[in-house]
Amino acid sequence: MNTELLITDVRPYGGDAVDVLVRDGVVAELGAGLDAPEGASTLDGGGHVLLPGFVDLHVHLREPGGEESEDIATGSAAAALGGFTAVFAMPNTDPVADTAVVVEHVRRRGEEVGLVDVHPVGAVTVGLEGAKMAELGTMAGSRAQVRMFSDDGRCVNDPLIMRRALEYASALDVVIAQHAEDHRLTGGAQAHEGVVASRLGLAGWPATAEETIVARDCALVREAGAALHVCHISSARTVEVLRAAKAAGVRVSAEVTPHHLLLTDGRLTSYDPVNKVNPPLRTAADTRAMRAALAEGVIDVVATDHAPHAAQYKDTEWQAARPGMLGLQTAFSVVVHTMVEPGLLDWRGVARVLSERPAEIGRLPDQGRPIAVGEPATFALVDPEAQWTVRGAALASRASNTPYEGMRLPGVVVATVLRGTITARDGKVQT
Amino acid sequence: MKHLLSVTDLDAATATGLLDTADRLKQALLGREVRKLPTLRGRTVVTMFYENSTRTRVSFEIAGKWMSADTVNVSASGSSVSKGESLRDTSLTLSAMGADCVVVRHPASGSAHRMAAWADRAAVGGGGESTGTHTSIVNAGDGTHEHPTQALLDAATLRDRLGAIAGRRVAIVGDVLHSRVARSNVFLLATLGAEVVVVAPPTLLPVGIAQWPCRVSPSLDAELPALDAVMMLRVQAERMHGSFFPSSREYAVSYGLSQARAALLPDHAVVLHPGPMVRGMEIVPAVADGPASAVLAQVSNGVHVRMAVLYHLLAGAPE
Repeated sequence: MNTELLITDVRPYGGDAVDVLVRDGVVAELGAGLDAPEGASTLDGGGHVLLPGFVDLHVHLREPGGEESEDIATGSAAAALGGFTAVFAMPNTDPVADTAVVVEHVRRRGEEVGLVDVHPVGAVTVGLEGAKMAELGTMAGSRAQVRMFSDDGRCVNDPLIMRRALEYASALDVVIAQHAEDHRLTGGAQAHEGVVASRLGLAGWPATAEETIVARDCALVREAGAALHVCHISSARTVEVLRAAKAAGVRVSAEVTPHHLLLTDGRLTSYDPVNKVNPPLRTAADTRAMRAALAEGVIDVVATDHAPHAAQYKDTEWQAARPGMLGLQTAFSVVVHTMVEPGLLDWRGVARVLSERPAEIGRLPDQGRPIAVGEPATFALVDPEAQWTVRGAALASRASNTPYEGMRLPGVVVATVLRGTITARDGKVQT
Repeated sequence: MKHLLSVTDLDAATATGLLDTADRLKQALLGREVRKLPTLRGRTVVTMFYENSTRTRVSFEIAGKWMSADTVNVSASGSSVSKGESLRDTSLTLSAMGADCVVVRHPASGSAHRMAAWADRAAVGGGGESTGTHTSIVNAGDGTHEHPTQALLDAATLRDRLGAIAGRRVAIVGDVLHSRVARSNVFLLATLGAEVVVVAPPTLLPVGIAQWPCRVSPSLDAELPALDAVMMLRVQAERMHGSFFPSSREYAVSYGLSQARAALLPDHAVVLHPGPMVRGMEIVPAVADGPASAVLAQVSNGVHVRMAVLYHLLAGAPE
């Protein structure tokens, strides 16, 4: 079996062009004009930008139980095509990933598919019901090595359960990821509470429902000495809470989704549920605040909240539709469009928010590593100049619920490499 | 006009045109022994109601019948909806049967918009099978969004009673937050040049109402002496338990139209209520049944306005 790969003419972090020789999944040599050893396979980098492989802390792969919308094979393909080399699969499956059996199944299915490292996220509470702590220690110690726990889709609303979970987690070196939404303030909510939803007669999801939970959790985690990660923050006011908490030394990290960087509730007037997502699309001022906070580092990472839904769950009246949108194959392009093109992030910055910080938060020792000799050959090779038109039907996911349908976006993932193996190349998965 | 989904589909000329047609139809029927016009003979109108309704549904049905359309009523219970059929499938099924118009009431805001989008796509077979029919959708109340024909019949009633709408001051009182009647009325009355005042407890005011074409007032008593019309909204029973206000008694004291309050209105002022009324809480019987009340006129105008809507949609607006 050939274990050498020469990647020629790539620009690490957008810098000078080099060649990269990979041996046994590790970078063996890095420099200009490297010769291909006999029998080595090659990848022509075409002068494109080389980044560490992307790490997504927040995806829904729907397996087990939701295979009509996505499964681990189709979701892994979407991830590889999007430049991702590791994803964290949320536990709101059927059955819920609240036991070692389910998380080990997800991990094993990910390994069998082999396109991306699939890290199952364990539920914080049994059945995501918010009442009784799930067996965090057993899941952490299982073969799945769970390092992140979340009841995503629901908030751990009870302050006592959240406090106990944080305290308990502190001994396991795992992170609790909170879906910050005070359900008492969002009963029946359908859209961002603002001028648009009000005119459309859609019950409002007030930004304060996010802000208050984040403030509460920052206070709790400070006492517990644990690590808190805040999922998909969406409001400018939450950024201010996070900024203050971080300044005070609280161990809190936060993610923003590509759609909250780009899209606003102005899209809701058609009532097309492709725009329905939780937390909801907010205002243009919020998207500006998200971009600025990501550039500044108050928001640590971009995570997709990739949420496939089959057509029967989306092509309905607004209220009946499930929240969520595809994200894995469009994330890089949205980051280029919203962050790189306006000059808010350089390529080092992109590597930070899409790879290095998420790997740190998710406690992955072999992802998000520097592009250097002796490090894992885990890369995303991207062409920031090229443009493409998004077509939901052409995406690798089983569902096609992309809000970017027909949009022309900059930035194409040319190839994805996971420990020396090419997983995607020129828009095709390598199996 | 292809569909009637929202009053924002109507500019002042179009809305006035509908009111004029309603007037003409009313005159045409006046004193006739046989209340039947041949205008929509051979056309099929389906009413599809996913919520209980008496006046709106019957009003549309009578409107269709007086215009000689074939009217068919479908309700959610007793149809395939109770077997779990999706709104999209039910909607396309009715189109494929040749419904020229589907009048829909549904608890989800935006349902009529979705049905119009499905109907338009399916009419031309956009990416799939075609229904072969261009079906017009009329919104007869979608969630807390709009109820356009209610606003049109209110406008018709105000024009009858006050001679005009432009320049008249109309207060809308009560649960504006959850009211599709209020949304349609604020925007249609503003389009027609009325001055709209909204009176409600702060908990029942929609976010961002400052950007609506109306003024918000905290005091009904302060507004009454200068009003040309007051429109009382229904307070839905489920709101009583949602911490929106302390008690129905306190609500009635602050926002109910009592006899003493009604006495503050100018003599020419009109009292409207979209119904069904919660007597005692929103409005006392002596006012609801009194000389200023136009509640029954609203109902009879409703038939003529809906005839006009069907006429404009199915036969085209008269030149």
